[in-house]
Amino acid sequence: MSATTTIGVVTFPGSLDDHDAIRAVRAVGVEAVPLWHGDAALHGVDAVILPGGFSYGDYLRGGAIARFSPVVGSVVAAARSGLPVLGICNGFQVLCEAQLLPGALVRNAGLRFVCRDQVLTVENTSTRWTSDYSPGEEILVPVKHGEGRYVADAATVEQLEAEGLVVFRYAGGNPNGALHDIAGITNSAGNVVGLMPHPEHAIDTLTGPSADGLPMFTSVVAAMVSA
Amino acid sequence: MVGRVWQVTRVVVDVMPKPEILDPQGQAIARALPDLGFDTVTSVRQGKRFEIEIADGADAREIASRAAEAVLANPVIEDFTIHIED
Repeated sequence: MSATTTIGVVTFPGSLDDHDAIRAVRAVGVEAVPLWHGDAALHGVDAVILPGGFSYGDYLRGGAIARFSPVVGSVVAAARSGLPVLGICNGFQVLCEAQLLPGALVRNAGLRFVCRDQVLTVENTSTRWTSDYSPGEEILVPVKHGEGRYVADAATVEQLEAEGLVVFRYAGGNPNGALHDIAGITNSAGNVVGLMPHPEHAIDTLTGPSADGLPMFTSVVAAMVSA
Repeated sequence: MVGRVWQVTRVVVDVMPKPEILDPQGQAIARALPDLGFDTVTSVRQGKRFEIEIADGADAREIASRAAEAVLANPVIEDFTIHIED
């Protein structure tokens, strides 16, 4: 492991929130490494963030084309070896399209693009990205998406619930009709997390509704620093 | 390439949301149609149609099927059908 902990943030054509993700990483004192979609090298980063936005214009399906980027190929391989990976919004869509996470994100049930501050409950604090939260903690984080409704077949949803793989759940209202109010999930190993809300937009009260997103970025480095 | 004849096969891949997936776009259309005079329409589901030209005659269906499974359709939420245009 390198002496300095670094977190990579991928930019796809059409990514919007890569710079805010980089800002969030730096806000917790960690070096952020921009990763270009066409570059298969991960440059020794200790974790990767797939940010929000409209990669490839959401053409075909959100994340469907970005999923085939050289960098995503490397991220999938590294994730299977335990690299912490966080997919935010469009990034969550990429993770599902790449089948690093089960299910899919589809058009909001109400058909409207929803942009609002959303209360979430943090249900799984055992993942690499949520260890700095308390179980059941309520946080206020912006959501902004038109295709954020989480769906999966009944057996998959049942398994997610039974194994405690739902990380974030919408509280006080579901912005998109996601099954079981699921806002974010993790894989069994707890290193890959995807969520529709934007923690990078909740790192200080000057630019967001709260600083409730910060623990996502401190959690992932906590284990690294102490290793 | 003297003597090689390229055969172009036109294949149509129709991608539809799986029946169990809520389709709010289709529902919105179904709600709108009666107001436009189509009052016997009871259901609409919206999908995607891909028209593909493949420079291969023998394996066109198989190629289109693999493309559909790999990228044109998301098997978690969509089904697809293929037909070859004459």
